[in-house]
Amino acid sequence: MYTAKLKQVYFKGTIYGVLFNFQGQLEAIGKALQEKPYNEPPKRPVLYIKPRNTLNSHRKPVVIPKGESEIQVGAALGVVLGKNATNVSVKDALDYVDGYTAVNDVSIPHYNFYRPNIKNKVRDGFCPVAPMIVKRTGVANPDQLQILVYVNGELVQENNTKNLVRSVAQLVSDVSEFMTLRKGDMLLVGVPEEAPLAKAGDEVRIEIDGVGVLENNIINEKDTFTGGDS
Amino acid sequence: MMRHARVACFGSVHDAVEIDGRLKLTDGRVVKPADVVWLPPIQPETIFALGLNYADHANEISFKAPNEPLVFLKGPNALVGHNGQSRRPVDATHMHYECELAVVISETARNISYDDAYDYVAGYTIANDYVIRDYLENYYRPNLAAKNRDDLTPIGPYFVDKDDISYPMQLGLRTYVNGELKQEGSTRDMVFDIPYLIEYLSSFMTLNESDVILTGTPKGTVHVYEGDEVVTEIEGIGALKNTIVGDSVFAR
Repeated sequence: MYTAKLKQVYFKGTIYGVLFNFQGQLEAIGKALQEKPYNEPPKRPVLYIKPRNTLNSHRKPVVIPKGESEIQVGAALGVVLGKNATNVSVKDALDYVDGYTAVNDVSIPHYNFYRPNIKNKVRDGFCPVAPMIVKRTGVANPDQLQILVYVNGELVQENNTKNLVRSVAQLVSDVSEFMTLRKGDMLLVGVPEEAPLAKAGDEVRIEIDGVGVLENNIINEKDTFTGGDS
Repeated sequence: MMRHARVACFGSVHDAVEIDGRLKLTDGRVVKPADVVWLPPIQPETIFALGLNYADHANEISFKAPNEPLVFLKGPNALVGHNGQSRRPVDATHMHYECELAVVISETARNISYDDAYDYVAGYTIANDYVIRDYLENYYRPNLAAKNRDDLTPIGPYFVDKDDISYPMQLGLRTYVNGELKQEGSTRDMVFDIPYLIEYLSSFMTLNESDVILTGTPKGTVHVYEGDEVVTEIEGIGALKNTIVGDSVFAR
């Protein structure tokens, strides 16, 4: 049974995102990687942290902060660790995976990656996670998963984890070379190029084939304060 | 004055307080500090760290002091307690300590004003926010490969209650390497002070109980090598010891 491979998501671990792990992102930025301020392409996985306050759920609103008009939708495969992974080989890396889920790694759009302000990534609720984890054994090949993003029912993005720069196993291995991924941590394998934008009133749906569906509506910050007079 | 610790002894993990140079466990047992394994005194969810928050250190590494706090985040894998080990990979040439005042948040809050900020401070501890500059890359600086390696952020030994530190913005910081004073500064030289940082962070995200802010390091960071004993000390809070070890003890 499919449902036997699902389990309720409850994270106590740390959520790590990774920059530029889709080939199309590298193609889009092109020669700029050789120029200032970057000077050369990244050698190791470039990670960032989605802290605890960003954790959000299926069918809960994502709030656009005051002063911003849009958010960027970051459709990401989330890899949940089943045991501590330290300096693991590519060959063994998937043995450390508990399962997979669908995540929206929400950002305020920004196009400089040298020292971006954490404000772009860490707002409250900026990391909705699908309600279930599919166990590792339920996913035949994590590097062959279709990713679809719909805004208001319209397909706005389509990609596949076959286009990852580092495959799931390679990424887990390369990260674990310099830091332990702990049991319960989640590694987001990257956000495809041309990430769609969404504005208040939009309904965003992320589908990762065989892994999960995640839906969130987008609202403005002021809409969360109902006030007493209305 | 109440200094709190988290230690392992007698086969389990305990909260403890310091009394007359000894540690009193919550179950009543008293133990000598030399007989325990020191764990990080706090277990934060979000670990904030500041880059270039002392103008003299910014000059030292050829940066201008910023107009807005330069904040980065760290994971819990980085923390290690007093008397712990930090690994210096064999290919690293630029590994530096960074003595920092760590400010611990007391409760969940958003949009804290500068004037109210200390109401949301639980207390303080000491952090040594090591960096291996060889691994710095020009993406999401300072990138986690340089800053978030396992056990690369010693913290402790004690957590000290806010009320026991009357002037947190006037504390002397010192780092000794193998007993020799190498770094000396004062929290008064922070570019962005504690209330500013709390107001700033909480202006765009919710802070939670036991979140911690590592407030940056003053001038005087130098290379450290395998075998070095590094002690970072902050007036009124304590002295945090760490030993640099090489790859061989990790079978790498």
